[in-house]
Amino acid sequence: MTDVFNIGLALLLLGLAAWTIVTRELFVAVVGFIAYGLLSTLVWVQLHGIDVALTEAAIGGGLTGVLLIGAAGRLRNSAVALNLEVPSMQVRWLAGVVSAAVSIALGVCVLALPDPAPTLAHEVAANIADTGVGNPITAVLLAFRSMDTLLEAIVLLFALLGVWSLAPDQSWGGRPGLRQQVDPNGILAYAARVLPPLGIIVGTYIFWVGADHPGGKFQGATILAAMWLLVMMAGLADAPPISRTWLRLGLVAGPLVFIAIGLLGLYTAGDFLGYPPGFAKPLIVAIELALLPSLTLVLGLLLLGAPQRGTPP
Amino acid sequence: MSTLIDVLALAAIAAGSFFFLAGTVGLLRFPDTLTRLHALTKADNLGLGLIVFGLLLQVDSVLAGLKLLCIWLLVLLSGACVSQLIALNTRRGDVRR
Repeated sequence: MTDVFNIGLALLLLGLAAWTIVTRELFVAVVGFIAYGLLSTLVWVQLHGIDVALTEAAIGGGLTGVLLIGAAGRLRNSAVALNLEVPSMQVRWLAGVVSAAVSIALGVCVLALPDPAPTLAHEVAANIADTGVGNPITAVLLAFRSMDTLLEAIVLLFALLGVWSLAPDQSWGGRPGLRQQVDPNGILAYAARVLPPLGIIVGTYIFWVGADHPGGKFQGATILAAMWLLVMMAGLADAPPISRTWLRLGLVAGPLVFIAIGLLGLYTAGDFLGYPPGFAKPLIVAIELALLPSLTLVLGLLLLGAPQRGTPP
Repeated sequence: MSTLIDVLALAAIAAGSFFFLAGTVGLLRFPDTLTRLHALTKADNLGLGLIVFGLLLQVDSVLAGLKLLCIWLLVLLSGACVSQLIALNTRRGDVRR
């Protein structure tokens, strides 16, 4: 029974992927991609990767989906012009051949993997008690491979800088996005008043529970960022100008705390990002706690886009 | 007693799935946005409500049950808000046309 479900899920996923690529309309492709993200969430649940499933639902489906909807909206006017210039037959053939070659190479690599696959899972399971964390995913992300997580947080910051650098000169330092004109008594404003208190609890819960169960700062931060965006979309609050000192401090605080604790490890544990014995859990919690607001700000501001409204006084 | 609860849960989940199916068919087959929204709300409200009810009969802790109820209420809230927004947008579009 489960096999039937899994095979159906895989077929649906492949079909949806093909449809997303083949479809001519930009908006349809974006909707297809979001549905694809939600379906792959189900795939991760079936593979017992609940942490990945949560991240995929929050970031892969939700956040990326909203980013793409925004991009599709902006491209709507230019999409007509884009469709007019059809690439030549050779270019299309070349693109097709290159894509097929990459797919085949990837397929060969996957099939050539040794069986059973090389794994460090036993070492993780043997040493997880030292970290004081119950969720093995969190232990890997913040103890055994914390360098990856540090770089991930910094990459997000760079992505935000990239978005900001698209701002025209006269708007630099101004507020991102457009001012929202929404009926203050309308349904959107209602939702933006009712949902955030619940969303903040759920986001904080998912962050906190990440130590021992699926969850964590990325998933929690996405929910918190969504609540922030909802309030701004409903016109109840305005986006902060990107020149604000508190905003910039908030953005770098998380990675800075992470690096500081990493440097501390040089002296106390003899290695960058090492934790002294017995202090792993509190230090991990400190890093997560510091990253949560920074990630919330980064994710929210990423969706708001480049500053568009002049420099504030 | 436990067999009775199982049967009841199964019936509720099956009925919920039926509403999801009916809602999806409606979403695909109905002619305009407002009727499609109407079909969708059946899946969200009744379908999910019945499935949550069926699952409530099977939970082993109060906390899990409360979480399920919260999920249903949150989906109800967001579904009601979003369908209002879509409907409003459609009407504005009609007036402009």
